[in-house]
Amino acid sequence: MSADSRIERRFAALKAEGRGAFVAFVTAGDPDPETALELLKGLPAAGADLIELGMPFSDPMAEGPPIQASSLRALKAGMTLTKTLETVRAFRQGEADTPIILMGYYNPIYSYGVERFVADAREAGVDGLIMVDLPPEEDQELCEPALDAGLHWIRLATPTTDDQRLPVVLNKTSGFVYYVSIMGITGTKAVPIDHVREAVARLRRHTELPIAVGFGIRTPEDAAAIAQTADAAVVGSSIVNAIKAELDADGKAKPGLVAKVLAFVESLADGVRGNRAA
Amino acid sequence: METLNTYRAGPDEDGHFGIFGGRFVAETLMPLILDVERAYDAARRDPSFQSEYDYYAKHYVGRPSPLYFAERLTEELRKGAAADKGAKIYFKRDELNHTGSHKANNVLGQILLARRMGKTRIIAETGAGQHGVATATFCALFDLPCVVYMGTTDIERQAPNVFRMKLLGAEVRSVTSGTGTLKDAMNDALRDWVANVENTFYIIGTAAGPHPYPAMVRDFQSIIGREVREQLAEAEGRLPDAVVACIGGGSNAIGLFHPFLDDTAVRIVGVEAAGHGIPTGEHAASLTGGRPGVLHGNRTFLLQNDDGQIFDAHSISAGLDYPGIGPEHSWLHEIGRAEYVSATDAEALAAFQLCSRIEGIIPALEPAHALAHVQKLAPQMGRDEILVMNMCGRGDKDVFTVANALGVELSGS
Repeated sequence: MSADSRIERRFAALKAEGRGAFVAFVTAGDPDPETALELLKGLPAAGADLIELGMPFSDPMAEGPPIQASSLRALKAGMTLTKTLETVRAFRQGEADTPIILMGYYNPIYSYGVERFVADAREAGVDGLIMVDLPPEEDQELCEPALDAGLHWIRLATPTTDDQRLPVVLNKTSGFVYYVSIMGITGTKAVPIDHVREAVARLRRHTELPIAVGFGIRTPEDAAAIAQTADAAVVGSSIVNAIKAELDADGKAKPGLVAKVLAFVESLADGVRGNRAA
Repeated sequence: METLNTYRAGPDEDGHFGIFGGRFVAETLMPLILDVERAYDAARRDPSFQSEYDYYAKHYVGRPSPLYFAERLTEELRKGAAADKGAKIYFKRDELNHTGSHKANNVLGQILLARRMGKTRIIAETGAGQHGVATATFCALFDLPCVVYMGTTDIERQAPNVFRMKLLGAEVRSVTSGTGTLKDAMNDALRDWVANVENTFYIIGTAAGPHPYPAMVRDFQSIIGREVREQLAEAEGRLPDAVVACIGGGSNAIGLFHPFLDDTAVRIVGVEAAGHGIPTGEHAASLTGGRPGVLHGNRTFLLQNDDGQIFDAHSISAGLDYPGIGPEHSWLHEIGRAEYVSATDAEALAAFQLCSRIEGIIPALEPAHALAHVQKLAPQMGRDEILVMNMCGRGDKDVFTVANALGVELSGS
């Protein structure tokens, strides 16, 4: 692993601190590019240890209604993959340490051009990729070019990934593993804590990589419980819902949106920080 | 594939037709997709699976469907043609299948597979409602709970089929995401599947989606083309000169085309929906107006903007209103084995009326697109040439839409 990996440095530091990480998800450009950038810039100070930044897509097939809606808001506000990379570049001007992982679907990247994308993403300050619709069977598409360009490739493991398949999923995974806590889409079911405990224990038998858990983590209490078991807790839909709650009737950001959403993010981060990792 | 000197060997073991196809799905679904592939591989080698399929195809669906010489249409199109022109036109009558379209061929195969796999719940997406009705029908027959995802726009314009599905005991879930058409229904069906992967089988209605669906649906639909070969051999003692079918996702078309792919003298023509016209941007012609991309589990031609965001398709026909196309068609287009053209809403409406009036067959709006192209193609072909068009669905479901388009008010509509 490369010495200049923000993700590895961050997990090592948190391990030394003895706590799990808090990963905040927002969609790039939601509700509009300017507000979203301001929000993004405020996330580290609000306590986000890592940032998962959604690349808007018209047909996000693994997302529930909250993130679908946030993706469409961003697209409606003129967001594109080019602008997402510009957002990361602007974020990096004031923030050198907090890792940014882009999450999304393959088509916008395929349309942009894979080689050009991995080079531009690396240059903009992206640290890793989470691609929902690229299983190991399609590694030659983007996984291999991304790893070659020095990006981390964070794979999703799910309740349906059995012991036989787990090595296939973990092969070429780098940075950390993202465990999807439920069978289903984002923002629908509550995280089943007991199941997650078993699943994380199972994953640890197969990998040394840090394990993040996401899907269904909504409250500071959920986040705290997950960060005790796993190495990181990812919260997405409830942050996105906090954004939605601060939109006016025309879907425009109300004054004070950024402060209110960051206050919610802070409460999630406090939940994680108040608890020591096992 | 070409090295084997056949166009019929695809896909490769990873589900690729050239660069098209593949398995672009979330990890949650991947183990199940691999299960479906293994189960289908075993089933198609199992004579008992085939004989079960044949039994229901014959006694329940009503196969083989007739191959009908459309004599009056042939004469009509000869009127405007040169003296030696005007091909002999045959209709493959798949609209006579139980449930009113070719969709039964595929649903039958997939539901038998679902039963073999021990799945206890069926989901499907539908546009025009033809695939939804076929799925609801077989779920009634085999006593399986059935959920059909359908866009709100389509629910409105295909009301008779919605009621039919409910009569058959299916639950129709209204899809409001996007513009509420077929692509959005497919997104929501995939979302359902991810959440219920353990007991649920997703019966995809067209020859698209992740491998093995495009190949599996094609195999089940190929009964169309195989019957045409046999029936035409009996009627005319030879192969057709051209085969024509409409294309949304392309399942009826690939079913007609596939058995003829290696007969390179047979001209293969797919007709996409041009909606208000390709230049207006309001159409559903993925090959004519799109470019390769990845959606719904496969790489194929898609209607999309410069940023790779998927456009909503437009067609008067809900069944063709899809921004993608099955990956095998994308490949056949790219290598040039099949040609793909388009017909507008207006052309399809005219063909719909012509066929009703002079053949006494009210076609669905989907094959009315194929028919619109037949009206152009047949007069250019020789009198001794034979054209076979797949009449893949009947038009009962469309009478309200057509009346509306023609400005006729039907009471109770």
